[in-house]
Amino acid sequence: MTTAETHKSNEMGKDIAVYVGMLVLAGVQFFIAYQNISVQQMFERMLIVALIEAGLALLFFMHLSENRGLRWFVLIFTVAVILGMQYGWSDSYRLTNGVPWAH
Amino acid sequence: MSQADLTMHGHSTAGAMAEPAFSVPAKKMAMWLFIIADSATFAGCLVAYGFIRNATPNWPTPFHSITNVAIMTLILLTSSLTMLIGVRAAQAGDKPKAFRWVMITAVAGVLFATLHLREWMGMISEGATLFQNPWGTPLFSSLFFSITGLHLLHVTGGVVALIAVGIRYQGGRYKADDLEITGLYWHFVDLVWMFVVPLVYLLNLSH
Repeated sequence: MTTAETHKSNEMGKDIAVYVGMLVLAGVQFFIAYQNISVQQMFERMLIVALIEAGLALLFFMHLSENRGLRWFVLIFTVAVILGMQYGWSDSYRLTNGVPWAH
Repeated sequence: MSQADLTMHGHSTAGAMAEPAFSVPAKKMAMWLFIIADSATFAGCLVAYGFIRNATPNWPTPFHSITNVAIMTLILLTSSLTMLIGVRAAQAGDKPKAFRWVMITAVAGVLFATLHLREWMGMISEGATLFQNPWGTPLFSSLFFSITGLHLLHVTGGVVALIAVGIRYQGGRYKADDLEITGLYWHFVDLVWMFVVPLVYLLNLSH
């Protein structure tokens, strides 16, 4: 086997390993859905698993692991925008706890 | 001062302008910028869904089975792998193999969309529409159809793009880089599904 073929085989092996890992993580999300826990706990656990899955997809399927500069660019912009959207949660909780039907 | 003089002194303006950001070709960078913008769109939808779900008492949990959504997840994840195989074949110069795997990815996309529509039809037959549903607050079906519909629209667009780019790559008009850029979009659609499934389906599972 030539060096190029070995490299190609290694790359394919890595892709399959990441794919299997993501399948397992997706399975974990389905498993969490059947746990006897509160919706908040379920949400937190599922979100953590989804973030790990997304990280794997970004780093290996979308090859961000190969470009450090682009990785930081994408991460900083995306996280900043998504964090900016979280400003309204206090109002959402006010609706749950501070309106007549809440009690 | 001529262009030759500029180049001779190592200050070619053309060279400076041509230097791509992060050493990424312009087309690929454009796709990354689109992906960042589109993730903001999906994040906006999912955060809005979170606000409303959190603020609405007696939120419906109508899903009894997760078999369909599990199969859909398996298909979409597998399609990401087939896309990777296609892109790697294109980069290795194996055109027929690359075309074959890209078309397999497109078929997986069609299968996913078909299952998605089947699930929608099931819900519609139970009385759910964009503005009402038999399980409680109408906001549930509004958000469900909007979020899954937006994702389905992306899958449909992705399938069209895969077929168009695949055929043009096969015909020699597009290169391996173009397949890779289409692949980036397809992986993004897969990535978004990883958040849609737990938030929209699994958290609304009837226990």
